[in-house]
Amino acid sequence: MTYEERLQNVTVLGAAGKMGSGILLLTAVEMADLMLKSGGKSKAFVLNAMDVSDEGLAGLIQYLRAQVLKIAEKKMVVLRTMYHDRKDLIENSEIIEQYVNDVLSVVRPTTRLEAAYGSKLIFEAVNENKDLKVKIFRQIEDNNEHTPWYFTNTSSVPINIIESEADLKGRVLGFHFYNPPAVQRLVELIWTNQTSAEVKEFANEYAKNLGKIVVPSNDYAGFIGNGHFMRDALHAIKEAEELSAEMPLPEAIYIVNKVSQDYLVRPMGIFQLIDYVGIDVVRFIMGVMNPFLDNEDLHSPLLDKLFDTGIKGGQHSDGSQKDGFLKYEKGRPVAVIDPETKQYIAFDSFSGADGKIGAIPDPAIVWKSVVRMKNKDEVLQKFYNDLKALDTLGAKLAIAYGKRSNEIGKALVADAVANNEEDVNTVLLTGFFHAYGPINNYFD
Amino acid sequence: MSKLNKKIYMVAGYNTVSLGTGRNEFHPKKPRPGIEHYVEEAGRKTLEMIGGADNVDECVVGNFMAERFNKQGHLGGFFPMIDEKLQYKPATRVEGACASGGLAVVSAIKSIMAGTSDVVLTMGVEVQNTVKAIYGADILAGAGWYGKRKDGHAYFFPGQFSDRAGAYYEKYGYDYAREGMGRWFRNAVENARLCPTAQEHHNKTPDLDALYKKLKPNGKAFVDNLNVLDCSKVSDGASTIAIVSEEGLKRIGIPRDQAVEIVSFGHKVRNLTEDPPDLTELTCIKATAMEALDSAGITIDDLGTIETHDCFSIAGVLATEALGFAAPGEGAKFVAEGNTARGGKIPMNTTGGLIGWGHPTGGTGVHMAVTLWEQLTGNAGEAQIEMPADKPYALSINMGGDDVTVVSVVCKKA
Repeated sequence: MTYEERLQNVTVLGAAGKMGSGILLLTAVEMADLMLKSGGKSKAFVLNAMDVSDEGLAGLIQYLRAQVLKIAEKKMVVLRTMYHDRKDLIENSEIIEQYVNDVLSVVRPTTRLEAAYGSKLIFEAVNENKDLKVKIFRQIEDNNEHTPWYFTNTSSVPINIIESEADLKGRVLGFHFYNPPAVQRLVELIWTNQTSAEVKEFANEYAKNLGKIVVPSNDYAGFIGNGHFMRDALHAIKEAEELSAEMPLPEAIYIVNKVSQDYLVRPMGIFQLIDYVGIDVVRFIMGVMNPFLDNEDLHSPLLDKLFDTGIKGGQHSDGSQKDGFLKYEKGRPVAVIDPETKQYIAFDSFSGADGKIGAIPDPAIVWKSVVRMKNKDEVLQKFYNDLKALDTLGAKLAIAYGKRSNEIGKALVADAVANNEEDVNTVLLTGFFHAYGPINNYFD
Repeated sequence: MSKLNKKIYMVAGYNTVSLGTGRNEFHPKKPRPGIEHYVEEAGRKTLEMIGGADNVDECVVGNFMAERFNKQGHLGGFFPMIDEKLQYKPATRVEGACASGGLAVVSAIKSIMAGTSDVVLTMGVEVQNTVKAIYGADILAGAGWYGKRKDGHAYFFPGQFSDRAGAYYEKYGYDYAREGMGRWFRNAVENARLCPTAQEHHNKTPDLDALYKKLKPNGKAFVDNLNVLDCSKVSDGASTIAIVSEEGLKRIGIPRDQAVEIVSFGHKVRNLTEDPPDLTELTCIKATAMEALDSAGITIDDLGTIETHDCFSIAGVLATEALGFAAPGEGAKFVAEGNTARGGKIPMNTTGGLIGWGHPTGGTGVHMAVTLWEQLTGNAGEAQIEMPADKPYALSINMGGDDVTVVSVVCKKA
């Protein structure tokens, strides 16, 4: 079966979700481009957008239309060539409108799993629940005569478990997009000992055509991205809890969040990142990973406590940030939760905290400017050398944080989750937009 | 044909800001003033300088495509909105693509010559940031022949001038040509920094040459032979000037040293449906400028400054050849050596031109008239150049489409 034939009938499961909708968008565009390049209407391309939520699917079409329009506007030079034979389409606007219609015409929204019975490729982006995934795959397997391939977007469940429990024999692969899939360039590809060469080859080609950077990750729960993030988050929670011996916990959370952003030169503080991903999701992923780990307990009672009181973070349906560890106004964190009272305490009331952290070596060194610097290695080396010379709380926390991140990164290689240090750094640089990879010499 | 039958003057020029990317106050996602705002601001300022709307006999506005950029036709009807005293006076809108502003000037000159008016409020306006550039390209493509749109580039006009640049590279060498075009870009930004209304006024790039060299033309992302710095930007703006007879000058009470005299003009079109006879030549610009110079009885040696239509850097380079400052193929060298910079042999586009000041398409011809008026009357502020005593004349070249409609005006201090 050729690449094109494989993509002639595809189903995305959980298509209305945060990840599913992005995967659907990229796949719809890729399929429509194949259809247009093949000259045509003779071949039908079908992309089932399957989701249990009718409301979600209604919103999905609006989302797709808006996103495909943006994509079309950006690739107008190519589109003029693709539609060269359509004499009736003359202006850019006419071609763009046609392209949006052509992409949308590939997509079939449905709430019924039966749609997947005719597919040759299944993208799964349902809840991060192994048993649910296995059950769905089994049901499709029992009814689909095309021996389809299964690409799961799981970010934590080992693929070989899914493979054996659903009895998929080399036809399943972890295709882990980062959030949001349409924007983030990183995908982690995870295969098992059994995954067939054809499946791997196709996955690589597909990722390449989507313009993605592929990092292969070995089949250990959490893979590279969450393997680092979950441990990084636990380190932050531990630091905050230790600090809370000397100050209220909310103030400690504020300090660790600030240090992890400003001193570590990251795009956002660690507690903001946990909120972004979702306290529920983080807690869940730890729960999925934990049984597969020896000598390590990925678990936080504080996360449980917040989750139990209904504080979950994540995003509203319009994409805006929900409150979690932090409270948000216009997308910016403004207050910290007190887990005891469940009240948010405004950043403003921590005026003493900034004094406790101490001054930053160079206020000009912020993530936004550093990521664009060509000589960022040199700049960061100096920044951290200066930092190491300071005897402040902020400097101490930052150095401990950087060292821990480094240790986590190296352990991922030692434990054979990642094939090499470069892959670990690539995941954090491209998937988490860090200014530098965790494996570095800055904190030695 | 274009000999003037009486003395004609230009006074009281005004430019709004050329708003678009590059200006600090420009925000693509925030609401912006509409076309009415520009018409009102530019009109009111000139009326204030000429003693009010009572003194105006007639109004004319040059505009290219408000029907599509702003869903608005019938721009002549806006004049009484500026001042109620313009109610029940004649007003006309003229169009000739990016030479619409030049046609507004010509239209005013003809009305003065015909004796139908002594004071013509002359305006050019375009508000283009209403649509994304990719759709703006469709609209601006209307300056070419629609019969060729299908085979044209997504960015139609950059595509046309990319072809011209490509032909020039082929004939005279890529690096050689880019030297001249890069210098043209640097001159444009450096001049614009001196003019507070210019779109590139806030440009702080420390090394413009390095930036220009870094951005190699890339046909996959844009057009084959031009980078974005070779192109004028998308602009919102309006310009006004009063065009008056001797009678009119007396009526509005402006001292003669604040006026410039229009000595002659040229106006020609080349067949819209035909490709240029030679991609490395601007034949219609050449013919039109020569007509204006001949009518004035002067040569290029009498010119102290020029405003020329550099919608693309290559058009600036080719204009130096069309005018005869450089032999064919020598224009890039002429520009690269600094001859067109302020302080050079013939300063061109002293407030930045289309690349530096901005290119509100239908407004550009009037903006050129205002800039020459400013330079000749000492109203150019920090951008002021010294006019040599033996070169008292100034020339404008306003082009619509790919060397299709051209208007050229010669003037000197009154």
